[in-house]
Amino acid sequence: MYEFVSGPLVWIAFIIFIGGSLYKIYNMLSGAKKDITLFRHMSLKHSLASLVHWVIPFNNQYMQKRPIFTIVSFAFHICLILTPVFLLGHLVLLDESWNISWFNIPDKVADWMTIIVIAGCIFYLYRRLTDPVVKNVTDGSDYLLLAITALPFITGFIAYHQLFAYKTILIIHILAGEIMLIAIPFTRLSHMLFFVFTRALFGSEQGYWKHSKDW
Amino acid sequence: MKPTIAIREPVVDDLMDQTEKILTEEQIEKVINEVIDQETGVRLQTYVNTCIHCGLCSEACHWFLSNDRDVSFAPVTKVKDTIWVMLEKKGKVDAAFIKRCSQIAHTECNVCRRCGMYCPFGIDIAYMMLVVRRICAKLEMVPLYLQDTVNSHAATMNQMWVKPDEWIDTLQWQEEEAQGYVPSARLPLEKEGAEIMYSVIGPEPKFLAQLLGNITVIMKVAGLDWTMPATAGWDNSNMAMYSGDFEVMARVERLHHETAQRLKVKKIVMGECGHAFRGGEYDGPTWLGWMSPPIPIVHAVAFYYDLIKSGRIKIAKKVEGPVTVQYPCNIIRNAGLGSKLQYIMNAVCEDFVDLIPNDRHAYCCNAGGDTINCGPPWKKIRVQSAKIQSENFKRTGAHTIVTPCHNCHSGVEDIVDGYKLGMHVKFFSELLIEAMEIPEHLKPKEE
Ligand code: HEM
Ligand code: SF4
Ligand code: SF4
Ligand code: SF4
Repeated sequence: MYEFVSGPLVWIAFIIFIGGSLYKIYNMLSGAKKDITLFRHMSLKHSLASLVHWVIPFNNQYMQKRPIFTIVSFAFHICLILTPVFLLGHLVLLDESWNISWFNIPDKVADWMTIIVIAGCIFYLYRRLTDPVVKNVTDGSDYLLLAITALPFITGFIAYHQLFAYKTILIIHILAGEIMLIAIPFTRLSHMLFFVFTRALFGSEQGYWKHSKDW
Repeated sequence: MKPTIAIREPVVDDLMDQTEKILTEEQIEKVINEVIDQETGVRLQTYVNTCIHCGLCSEACHWFLSNDRDVSFAPVTKVKDTIWVMLEKKGKVDAAFIKRCSQIAHTECNVCRRCGMYCPFGIDIAYMMLVVRRICAKLEMVPLYLQDTVNSHAATMNQMWVKPDEWIDTLQWQEEEAQGYVPSARLPLEKEGAEIMYSVIGPEPKFLAQLLGNITVIMKVAGLDWTMPATAGWDNSNMAMYSGDFEVMARVERLHHETAQRLKVKKIVMGECGHAFRGGEYDGPTWLGWMSPPIPIVHAVAFYYDLIKSGRIKIAKKVEGPVTVQYPCNIIRNAGLGSKLQYIMNAVCEDFVDLIPNDRHAYCCNAGGDTINCGPPWKKIRVQSAKIQSENFKRTGAHTIVTPCHNCHSGVEDIVDGYKLGMHVKFFSELLIEAMEIPEHLKPKEE
């Protein structure tokens, strides 16, 4: 079992994740060509301006107005992406099978980053249950996405600390990571892929076409 | 997902009530799928698939904020209650649902695009509300008063059923009025090859003719070569753009631009109206595939900015006391004229008290995007939902609110009445005419 989930299944997950992502983006771009106005409203300069103002924390008025959310959101996403990529445990596996490796973050730090991701998920869950607007637009799929996001980190945390049933938890952890990768292109987690494009479009429309700004 | 609980007072709208009775589910399904497949494409799909349901956009919307944060007015809720259901059910919805869609998209959203600025993904909810309007318009589910203006556009090419002779009469009358101030002022009709074609919106000759007299004086004092058309094509307003009847919208915009081309002018200057600028500069040319207008369009705010900044018009006596302004979304957030508006306000007012939030972050007056044109049945909720902007006006302590947009003007008047603010509502040109210097040689000779 362990051999399967940590071997072929990893390959499958990455192929689906990368292939699916490319397919989704290709699909979007080729569809966008049909809308003759879309690209003509766009400009690289204004797309980048919009991205700069929305990927740097507190670089727009709205983020300044809601500091707690902004901090949670950035901490969550930064840890979410950096932890798995720079975790020593992952890099060791990579080194063993492919002989490549890169900078790793100390385990102690990675541990805290994992906790931040889990805490972020709890924060999002809390909002979903309590904020009336968010609650009203929530259904099962939103909880499922949160679970898909949180599970690799929760199980990773348990496995690292060897809290119980190490072998089983490890298998669940690997599976959960694979599910998350596969889910990204095909669920609303694809916001990771589309973020750049939706921002670029709105930034261009506001900046290039309408001579205003979107931050 | 559970349906949103939306509590509204019942509203009688004769056209919508009638349409609800006769619409069939086959018609509805066909139109929804047609519009979604042929007119929206990936843009809508990507928006819907990217929205993470975080609700951050709610903070942007004056409807939500003015109604004690009632969830049913939040931008994302408006999408949930319309587009999400249409997509999920693949168009299999009933007439009552379409009626509610029209209520949401036509009467409870100003397509002001503020929420787009507050969504971390830049998801343009106003665009989605226009898609809903498009579907409703194709099904003739449009508020009665709004549809009447669209019918007027279609039949007469102006918004207010103004007849050709009434139009010319009004211009000649206002030329005489202007000559009371500046005897040599002229309102030149049909002057081919003039530098500027000046165009206005339908309600100007109908209800606010003095504005035409004002511009006649301003043009004379500034020494400009201008003209107005005597034919249809003089009306730059476009309610069809908002109802969702884009075929009529395109006819109106095309005629407006072709009239300017026929007169061989260098540019079109338009009166103080926000949506007219949007139609002429953006939505019209986009739908027509021109992308940008064939002849440049200058909004009154940019026009006055140039006149004042260049010294063509000098200010003799600034307006006294605190004066504030409504930032019309369609020329500020969505056209970037905010700093020019601030400049001209400071130029003519001793004490210009700015709003908070201001410029592109300012709230909509809640009249725009057609909601005021939905008429009396929908007025109560509209004024009630402008509460947040009424508080902002009150805070300034101004005696006058300047509104460089016709919709804003009427909307802000309703706010002033509804919340008993006791403030005057004026167009910028009304302030300018009082503040500007009329050179000695242009003044009437003393008898
Ligand atoms: C670099 C790529 C990404 C960007 C730019 C991005 C951006 C965003 C933004 C703007 C939000 C809206 C709310 C907020 O600001 O927190 C959000 C929420 C969220 N994102 Fe991402 N994201 C990215 C990648 C990911 C990935 C890879 C995952 C998980 C697999 C993920 C999971 C989530 C979750 C769970 C939420 C919260 C949903 C909720 O409110 O329940 N994101 N993301
Ligand atoms: S476009 Fe304006 S009125 Fe409509 S939902 Fe967004 S903020 Fe509200
Ligand atoms: S802010 Fe954007 S992503 Fe969040 S609910 Fe609103 S539209 Fe969706
Ligand atoms: S009426 Fe005025 S404030 Fe309101 S949407 Fe138009 S331009 Fe905006």
